[in-house]
Amino acid sequence: MASESDLSCSGLVRRFGDNAAVDHVSLNVPAGTFFSILGPSGCGKTTLLRLLAGFDRPDEGEIRIRGQRMNEVPPNRRPVNMVFQHLALFPTMSVGDNIAYGLKRRGVPAAERQKRVARVLEQVGLPGTENRNPQQLSGGQRQRVALARCLVLEPTLLLLDEPLGALDLKLREQMKVELKHLQKAFGTTFVYITHDQSEAMVMSDQVAVMKNGRFDQVAPPEELYREPATPFVAGFVGDNNRLAGELISVREGLAEVRLDDGGLVRGRMASQAPAVGERAELFVRPESLVLAGEALKPDFSTVQASVDTTLFDGANSRVEVTSSGQTLFARLPQDGSAPGLSEGATLQLGWDPMLARVFPAGGA
Amino acid sequence: MRSSAGRLSLWLLLTPFLLWIVLLVLLPHLQMLRVSFQVRESWDTLDWGLQQYQNFFSESYYWRTFVRTGVMSLFTTFLTLVIAFPIAWYIAKLARGRSKGLLFLACLIPFWASELVRTYGWMILLRESGVFSTWLQALGWADGPVEMLYNDVAVIIGLVYNGLLFMVVPLVTTLEGMDENLVEAGYDLGGGHFTVLREIVVPWAMPGIVSGCIVVFMLTLGSYLTPILMGGKDSAWFTQQIFTQFITRFNWEQGAALGVLLLVLSSFIVWIGLRVTGQSLRKVMG
Repeated sequence: MASESDLSCSGLVRRFGDNAAVDHVSLNVPAGTFFSILGPSGCGKTTLLRLLAGFDRPDEGEIRIRGQRMNEVPPNRRPVNMVFQHLALFPTMSVGDNIAYGLKRRGVPAAERQKRVARVLEQVGLPGTENRNPQQLSGGQRQRVALARCLVLEPTLLLLDEPLGALDLKLREQMKVELKHLQKAFGTTFVYITHDQSEAMVMSDQVAVMKNGRFDQVAPPEELYREPATPFVAGFVGDNNRLAGELISVREGLAEVRLDDGGLVRGRMASQAPAVGERAELFVRPESLVLAGEALKPDFSTVQASVDTTLFDGANSRVEVTSSGQTLFARLPQDGSAPGLSEGATLQLGWDPMLARVFPAGGA
Repeated sequence: MRSSAGRLSLWLLLTPFLLWIVLLVLLPHLQMLRVSFQVRESWDTLDWGLQQYQNFFSESYYWRTFVRTGVMSLFTTFLTLVIAFPIAWYIAKLARGRSKGLLFLACLIPFWASELVRTYGWMILLRESGVFSTWLQALGWADGPVEMLYNDVAVIIGLVYNGLLFMVVPLVTTLEGMDENLVEAGYDLGGGHFTVLREIVVPWAMPGIVSGCIVVFMLTLGSYLTPILMGGKDSAWFTQQIFTQFITRFNWEQGAALGVLLLVLSSFIVWIGLRVTGQSLRKVMG
C-alpha cells in the first residue's frame, strides 16, 4: 500500500492552543492522481497543506512520501513543491530566472538549465517568455509560470493552494480544464485545496471533503455527489434542498419522514442513519425535483409549495419556492416547457425517493 | 477668473518651498562656491584662483583626513546596515501587534534626546572612570581603569548608534511590503537560509537598503559632535577641519573649499552607490 502511493498520512494532528486545526487526518494519494481537499474556509485545509509542504510540523501523526518519513525534513529538502494562493512569483526576477531558481539550487549547469526552462515553458504554452517580467504577464499566464516553476523540478508531489481564486470567472473555468490536462500530461501527483466545489469536482480523481479539521468523506467526485456520506457533504457538494421532519418508518432502505406540516415524504436512508422517531433531514437535489406538470410517477413523494420567484440562468434556471416555511429550489426544464410560474402560484413538487437522502438532523 | 485663482493658490503653496530652496540651500552653496575660489592677497584685496584647492592636495593632512572620513563613513554605513537588518526583519515580520509598536518606539526613544546627550551617554559608559571600566575591574578582568574612549572604535560605535533609526525605518517599510509566501517559495524550491536571503529578501529590500544607506552615509559624513567628543584629539574628521578653518583660523576661503569638496565627495559616493545597485534616486526616495 505504502509503495504505490505518493503520499500517505496517518493520524495527523496540528493544534493551535486548544483548537485542533487538523484533527487526526489520514489520507492516501495514489501516484499520478489529482487529489483535492475541499472545505469551507477555516476548515484546516491550508494548515494541512502547510504540514505537507513542511512549513509547519504536525503535533502527532506521520507524513510519508513514497514511503519515506517526512516529518523532520525541512521544506527545501522535500520532493514537494507548492503553487501558492497568490503564486509568490519572485518580482525581482524574470520569468526565466523564476523557473531556473530551483534548478540552480540543485546545481544544474547553466546550459542545461536554459534548455529545461525553455522546454517547460513550451509545455505550459508560454514559449519564448524567459526574459519577460512576471508583472507584465496576464493572470492566467502568471498561473502557468508558477506551475512551470514547480514542474520543472519534477516533484513527486505538487501542492496547490487555491491558485485559481484570484482569477476572474471565465479564466477560472478555462484554467480548471487546463490544469487537469497539464496534470495528465506531466503525470505528477497533484494535491489541490479549494473551497470551490466545482473546481474540485471538475479536476479531481479523488476529493476529500474537510470539515473542522477532519475528513467527512473521501471519494471520487461522482460518488460524492450521488452518495454523500454525511449531511455536511450532501449540503456542501452541489446544490441541495433540505426538508426537516421526523423519521417514522424504514422499509427496504426507504425511509418515511413526516414533515413539520404533516406531509409524508420518502427518501433513501443514508449510511449514517437516524433511528425511527428521531428528527431527520431529507436532502433532495434541485434537478431531482419535478414540477407537477411533468410525469409524476405514482411512487413519487410530493410536497405542496408556493412560487416565490423564478431565477433565469440559462441551463441552470431555477424556481424558488416555499413549502411549509422552508425554501426550496427546483431546476426548470431545459426546453422552456415550464408551466406559468407566476409569483404566489401553488404547485406540486415531486421526486423519486431513490434520489433523495435521509440523514439524522443537526448533522451540519 | 477660475484659472487665476488656481494660479494664485499654486504660487502660495510653492512660496515656502521656493523660499527654502533659494535662501537656505541654493544661496549658501553658491556663496560658498564663490568664496572657495577667492584668494586673499592682503587684508582688503581679493583675487580669483585655485589656491585653496591646491592647498588641499598639497597638504597631506587635509586629503588624508578627507579619505579617512570617507572610508570610515562607508564602513559605519555598512555596519549600521548589518545591525539594522535583523532588527528591521524582526519588527516587520516576526513582531505582532503591540510588541511591534513598542519595538518601533524603542528605536525612536533615543532621538527624543539631542545628539549631545546621546553621545555623552556613550562617554559615561566607555570612559576610563566609566561604567564598563568599573565592571571590568569589579569582575577582576582588568587590573586598572580601562580607557575605551578616544579611538576609532568608539567613534564608530557612536556613529552607528546615531544612524541606526534612519536605517531601520526604511528597511521596516520595504520589508513589511514583502509577501511572506516569497520567502516560503524560496525554501520550497530548494533554497537554504543564505540563498533565500541573497536571492529573494535582499533584492526585494534593495530600495530600502539604498535609501537607508544614503541617509546614514550623509549623516555620518557630515556629523561633527560624535567624532569630536568620542574620538579625542587624534581622531580627525573632515567636518572638524572645516570648522577649524571657519572659526579658529578665520580662513573662510579655505573652509569654503573644503566644504565644497565634502559636498562633491558625498554626491559622488551616493551616485556610485546608486549605479552599483542599479537603483534610481526616484525609486529609492519615492
